[in-house]
Amino acid sequence: MKEAVIKTENLTKRFGDFIATNAITLEVYTGEIFGFLGANGAGKTTAMRMLCGLSIPSSGNAVIAGYDVYRETEKIKKNIGYMSQKFSLYEDLTVLENIRFFGGIYGLPDDEIARKSDELINQLGLQNEAKKLVSGLPLGWKQKLSFSVAVLHQPKIVFLDEPTGGVDPVTRRQFWDLIYDAAEKGVTVFVTTHYMDEAEYCNRVSIMVDGRIEALDTPHNLKKKFSASSMDEVFYQLARGAKRAD
Amino acid sequence: MRAIKFLLQKEFRQIFRNRSILAMILVMPVMQLLILPLAANYEVKNIYLAVVDHDHSSYSQKMIEKITSSGYFRLTGYNNSYQEAFRLIESDDADVVLEIPSGFERNLIREDEQKLLIAVNAINGVKANLGSAYLATIIRNYNQDIRIDFMQAGRFNDIPTIKVTSSNWFNPNLNYRVYMVPGILAVLVTMIGGFLTALNIVKEKEAGTIEQINVTPIRKHHFILGKLIPFWILGNIVFTIGLLVSWLIYGIVPVGNLALLYGFVSIYLLAVLGLGLLVSTFCDTQQQAMFIMFFFMMIFILLGGLFTAIDSMPEWAQVITRFNPVSYLIAVMRMVILKGSTFRDVLPHLGIIALFAIGLNSWAILNYKKAN
Repeated sequence: MKEAVIKTENLTKRFGDFIATNAITLEVYTGEIFGFLGANGAGKTTAMRMLCGLSIPSSGNAVIAGYDVYRETEKIKKNIGYMSQKFSLYEDLTVLENIRFFGGIYGLPDDEIARKSDELINQLGLQNEAKKLVSGLPLGWKQKLSFSVAVLHQPKIVFLDEPTGGVDPVTRRQFWDLIYDAAEKGVTVFVTTHYMDEAEYCNRVSIMVDGRIEALDTPHNLKKKFSASSMDEVFYQLARGAKRAD
Repeated sequence: MRAIKFLLQKEFRQIFRNRSILAMILVMPVMQLLILPLAANYEVKNIYLAVVDHDHSSYSQKMIEKITSSGYFRLTGYNNSYQEAFRLIESDDADVVLEIPSGFERNLIREDEQKLLIAVNAINGVKANLGSAYLATIIRNYNQDIRIDFMQAGRFNDIPTIKVTSSNWFNPNLNYRVYMVPGILAVLVTMIGGFLTALNIVKEKEAGTIEQINVTPIRKHHFILGKLIPFWILGNIVFTIGLLVSWLIYGIVPVGNLALLYGFVSIYLLAVLGLGLLVSTFCDTQQQAMFIMFFFMMIFILLGGLFTAIDSMPEWAQVITRFNPVSYLIAVMRMVILKGSTFRDVLPHLGIIALFAIGLNSWAILNYKKAN
């Protein structure tokens, strides 16, 4: 029996009359790479923000890493990592200072921060950049750094909101190597993306259209179900009926 | 508590890396204290005077001489007709016209009485009031001088006179700078505390870094303390620089207790930091924060008693100043620095500022949300 680390039931978020996320129900299992797909404006980011405790749901239930999304948000936050769409490390701090800062904020002891910083910088090949300001790094490196910082405290789940937007295929590939590494260490990965080749890398994917989850299965099963040769086609069949866009 | 250590470390690194903020912290107190007290001065000097002398007598000459040698007036026109002189007022070349009628000397001696006309451009009310008052005083003195000349001593002494001697306390030379410097110090501390805090937090909102913080298990009050402490320290540093500048440039040494001064400023800073924090919770962009803070600053400064005395404001405006934290700091600065007031004297002010600090910070903390 697989253990569900994220479990939602009719999770809904309304902004006035607008229902951004409409009664989504899903389960994500420990160690899984879960692709959370959808067109622009489908409600992915809103859903993800609710799961991270950044946004309070209007109705429905969710349990993240065993904690309730209404009452235990601070406990959830100890157990998750989050990487937002927009690069959100401190541009005016160096690579090393960012790592140390977030390590400290998550309550890691000094020796562990030191050890992990070295490890991380070696892993990312940032030895020469460690003492340079983050603002000078290329986007691809910034994203790899944000991901590494998001999993620094060994969370149970890491939420990635379009982590590879705007970078070249080689860098994306390297980024996914990092994701696989993390998943192998037992971190559950919850990732949104617009790249359908990335969707193929996921264990299971869900596709959101206009605030609802229209499909949820492994990429293989979805392709079979929609008699499609690729995830691209599956996505197109589902999302072309969407009424909402940016 | 460990989180605060990391927050402070990060905050100070960012501040010291931001050269423009550092420059502001050093340059602002020096510049403001160097320029403002010397320039923003309420002593009225250089009043432009046009004289219309229909008499051309030695008495009228003497009077004009006395007026111009007073140092307050500058003779910009010596005209033959009132119309001509009035044209100077219209073209802004004269502020006051003094018309001396023909027969001035004769009437003064024979009939012991003579009327003069003073016409004033009253667009600048302060200049007009003071100008005509100065002029009237000089003419009255002149009048007494000439009476001594041509009146018999016995008759002159018959006039009963009251002689008033006044002594100026705390600012014996009636130096306007002495009055301004403590007030400018107060404004400086307010600007640094309020603006920097508000802008700093909103900047994190704009950059999206606050979201990365909000998704961590950091406690709300830790985050807020991490923001307030650095700017509290900066405020005290700026205050110290300001005190040094006013000592070096103007020789103003606080008469009262320095510890009392710092103690009051420290609590006052908590209040303005709270205001900055509160504004930041309502704003999403630095532009909004800037405008809102500017709105408050304008009112605080103009209704704070820096330039104009609160006692001479209308009743309703005086009520507003009671809700203006800056007015308390300006008052206390002047009390402690110039008069040497003691803890007992400033205790009521301290109490009110403490209430401001508690109220503003509580509101800000309530309004700061990690989730929406």
